Amino acid sequence: MSGDRANSLPLRVDSVVKRFGAVTAVAGVSVEIQPGACFGLLGPNGAGKSTLIRSIVGRVRLDSGSISIFGHPVSSSAARADLGWVPQELAVYPLLTCRENLQAFGRYQELHGKLLEDAIAWCLEWAALEDRAGSPVKTLSGGMKRRLNMAAGLIHRPRLVLLDEPTVGVDPQSRNRIFEMVEALRASGTTIIYTTHYMEEAERLCDRIAIIDHGKIIAEGTKETLVAQAFGSRSSVTMHFGAVKIDLGAWAARRGGSAQDSAVHCSVEKPTEIAGLLEAASRDGLEVLDVTLQRPNLESVFLHLTGKELRA
Amino acid sequence: MIGTILQTSFRSLRRDRGAFVMSFVLPIGFFTIFGFVFGSMRGSSTPRVSVLVVDEDRSAASRSLIGGLLREPALDAMTHPRPTKENPAPADYTAATAEAAVRNGDAPAALIIPAGFGANPVAFGPGGQRPTFQILQDSADPVAAQVVSGMLQKTVMMSLPATMAAAGSQYFDREIGGLTPRQKQQMDEGLARLRTLQDEQGAERNSAGTAGSSSATNAAADFSGFVAVNVRDVVGEKKKSPMISYYAAGVGVMFLLFTASAAGGSLLDESDSGALDRVLSSRVSMTTLLLGKLTYSALLAFAQLTIMFLWAALVFHLDFFSHIPGFLVMTAITSFAVASFGMLLASLARTRGQLAAFSTLIILTMSALGGSMFPKFLMSDAMIRVGYFTFNSWAIEGYQKIFWRDEPIRSLGPEVTVLVASGVVLFLLARRFARKWEYV
Repeated sequence: MSGDRANSLPLRVDSVVKRFGAVTAVAGVSVEIQPGACFGLLGPNGAGKSTLIRSIVGRVRLDSGSISIFGHPVSSSAARADLGWVPQELAVYPLLTCRENLQAFGRYQELHGKLLEDAIAWCLEWAALEDRAGSPVKTLSGGMKRRLNMAAGLIHRPRLVLLDEPTVGVDPQSRNRIFEMVEALRASGTTIIYTTHYMEEAERLCDRIAIIDHGKIIAEGTKETLVAQAFGSRSSVTMHFGAVKIDLGAWAARRGGSAQDSAVHCSVEKPTEIAGLLEAASRDGLEVLDVTLQRPNLESVFLHLTGKELRA
Repeated sequence: MIGTILQTSFRSLRRDRGAFVMSFVLPIGFFTIFGFVFGSMRGSSTPRVSVLVVDEDRSAASRSLIGGLLREPALDAMTHPRPTKENPAPADYTAATAEAAVRNGDAPAALIIPAGFGANPVAFGPGGQRPTFQILQDSADPVAAQVVSGMLQKTVMMSLPATMAAAGSQYFDREIGGLTPRQKQQMDEGLARLRTLQDEQGAERNSAGTAGSSSATNAAADFSGFVAVNVRDVVGEKKKSPMISYYAAGVGVMFLLFTASAAGGSLLDESDSGALDRVLSSRVSMTTLLLGKLTYSALLAFAQLTIMFLWAALVFHLDFFSHIPGFLVMTAITSFAVASFGMLLASLARTRGQLAAFSTLIILTMSALGGSMFPKFLMSDAMIRVGYFTFNSWAIEGYQKIFWRDEPIRSLGPEVTVLVASGVVLFLLARRFARKWEYV
């Protein structure tokens, strides 16, 4: 890779490995994110997603591999200036006002004077918090706190932003407001890494998606690519059973699918193939409670690849 | 139903280590420490009153008296400073050197045996020609002079039996009209035997050598008894409230330690909320963050101590405004050391509960040993020595030098050295332990 191209890449994760004792949380992950992209990172709980995110923000000592932001190592001052991190937690000072929080985080990013004041004004407008600028955080609604949390991560106008589940615990109205903020950010050319447990968010906001499981990227591409890779032209079938007395995982595996609790997820080329599945279930003593046939989407891909619901 | 509530509560308590430690381990630990510290007071480390003894009479009677004082278990009497490498055979105290030593805080009191004591050692009742003993006292110790005076009366009785009997005979002679020649002869023979016994005690004292130190405190007063005593304040004679600066420093430092621990604990809060991760992912390094927290904590401590002393000046008439330079030095170094201590505690703890339990145990222990809870003059020498491992003791000593003994700032050398060095070492340790927050 040429030096210019490497330097223009907002994020380059190269063969990153991180172990905690005997557990390998990240097992050789490599990812490149292009400028201006909104990159979705999905994975079930315990898949290594959080460790990868903390590695990107420079909070993890890697066992091997490297991560660079616009060509700079994550621990460098230049990388910190280019990266904005919005953590999942409400990482703001609860007793300070919105403006005071933004001032503090702006100064931590070495902003001062008019530059800082302009940045605060932009953040308050972007997060629609102008009229609450003087309110202590503890008096804000959940959605407002989330928006302030996002604004605090963007106070220094970074070129790469990592949004870690920014809509956790907010009502639908606030979620829409956050979507608008993210879309405005995209429109301004900012590169975004977006993690979520809500598939519809990833489908709406992200142009490329990676799915991580067991510390590895098991699929990456656009939504259409992922669906085509996983299902081709097939449709997904979900069958729920009553009392199960056989090894449901093995039963599903024989039919190219996966089992979760008392449900089996698999795929069919034609809807008429469902009859064969029902007959097999009946033959093996499985009581079918319901059957769902749907065109595959990201949720189906996730289930197909990980065997788990995204929000499980 | 109540059983379930009990079970849930006990399970929660058992799994909340901080609460568990606060409930059971902390009281036991604190009690054990106090048991060791104060339990030993019945033994050889019972507090004794240090007194410097000056012999201006240099008679057989004064030597007998000094022998008695040296043997007195309630006193730690010294006729000369302790030998050092530089001065292996120090000269005996004079009135001037003893007064200087009391002013310097070497002992809370000095006893001057006046010239002429041997000629007229005791008297029954008031008047007579008896010379007056002088006790020079540091009135910050309200017990020492009284103990020394009482022990002096006792020692005169116990160590000078012949002198006492002779004086009694003279009193009898004067008040009753005298003895018959036969009675007079018997009395003289008895007195001769007593003198022999008194001389033998003196010889034993000489072979036993000299030693000693002790402590006691205040209350200037004259005492009447077999010997006349005049007590004179040589430290704090113009001051109104001898213990105010002591307790302003003692209580102030104790609460400073709690405040510093809580301020350091904000790191734990920020770690829990994720704010610490966010700050450390910005341009702020862990060292910068800790230095910022240390500065905040030290400034907070500085403000607390300033308010405490201003309050003491306002309410208890502490002479604050004449001692501002010394106060600033002591307050700056104390605040720095205490803030570093708070940072270290916070960096060692994993949770707020742990920090609360840990810091309460350590701070209360330090405060007890260092003199924040009990005046040092009530402590044994051993306890006072242990107290030197606490901030409280060094801070109290420094403030006493400034506010009580009116010593110049340059006399704060030991306090400045110890508190600054401790602060630096504790901060470096805190930085080392704070690595746990830097990376996973």
